[in-house]
Amino acid sequence: MDLSDAVQSEGFVTSKLDDIVNWARKNALWPMPLGISCCAIEMMAFAGPRYDVSRFGSEVFRFSPRQSDLLIVAGTVTYKMAKVVRKIYDQMPDPKWVIAMGACTSSGGMYRTYAVVQGINQFLPVDVYIAGCPPRPDSVLKALMMIQDEVAHDKPFKRGTIIDMTDDKPLIQIATPNIITPAHV
Amino acid sequence: MFSFEDLKAASGIEFQPIDINGDAGALFDRAQIADAARLLKEKFGFVQFMDVVGHDRNERKMRFEVTYNLRNPTSFERIFIKVRCDERDSHVPSLAPIWSGANWAEREAFDMLGIVFDGHPDLRRMYLPDEFAYYPLRKDFPLMGIPGSIPLPSTEGADAQFDIKGQNV
Repeated sequence: MDLSDAVQSEGFVTSKLDDIVNWARKNALWPMPLGISCCAIEMMAFAGPRYDVSRFGSEVFRFSPRQSDLLIVAGTVTYKMAKVVRKIYDQMPDPKWVIAMGACTSSGGMYRTYAVVQGINQFLPVDVYIAGCPPRPDSVLKALMMIQDEVAHDKPFKRGTIIDMTDDKPLIQIATPNIITPAHV
Repeated sequence: MFSFEDLKAASGIEFQPIDINGDAGALFDRAQIADAARLLKEKFGFVQFMDVVGHDRNERKMRFEVTYNLRNPTSFERIFIKVRCDERDSHVPSLAPIWSGANWAEREAFDMLGIVFDGHPDLRRMYLPDEFAYYPLRKDFPLMGIPGSIPLPSTEGADAQFDIKGQNV
């Protein structure tokens, strides 16, 4: 008996809370497109109808970091831009994931100069790196699927602690590194 | 046909002629280039400012050179005027009050080589961060820069260093 049969006959399914939360998260990863240079063109193709990222629930490109879950850094990050990238990352609500798209973002690429950060892992926690200059949209899809895999195996409620959010009414907040903390409320 | 001899005859400003791939060029003294430039614009019709380029000549004396590329749009002539300065006293007069197009181009030369343009209306860094202390197009600047000379944001948590006025953004 598969899922739809269960819903139709019984009217309910049983599952683990972890799985439901992860299922919801992984199929609605809204990307923050940080298109800094030519990789952004391939990122647009990744969102367009031919490669069609909406198959994976990520078609909602939010140009506001406050509404997005997945930061796609697509392009050469200079030292001057690094502060902006970090600020956008800091403005995204937890939980959040980062894709370093392309050679420049991952390692500085061909820009081996004083002005370009030699890999954004120097100031950001990166989940998936994509090789290529620029990578094909397929590679970006693959990276997205790897992120989805990572999300699906996350245990959002395992490491939790209870934090009092208000004076009279204790709210349950889960303070894993991935989930909300009072500083972000 | 313009010749720098005409300029000398009109004003008495000395110059050292330089041929730049067939176009007329002249090296002026630092004290006289502003007068020469004003005359070139007002009397000889070089009203179109094309570019300004700074060079590091990598020599002990007169290390830096600034080249102005000018054009006369009525006679279709193009000339180059140059000025040099020492490393210890790297000041040249700004021509931005004469051609306003020189404003950002001189800022770029200042940013990359550290040539100070006296009389420039807004001499700030153009491309590099304001706190950067070096001049990357100088020949003695290493390709990969000075490690740690430009701070990167921290990898842990929201970095207070980059908040606006200390607020949690």
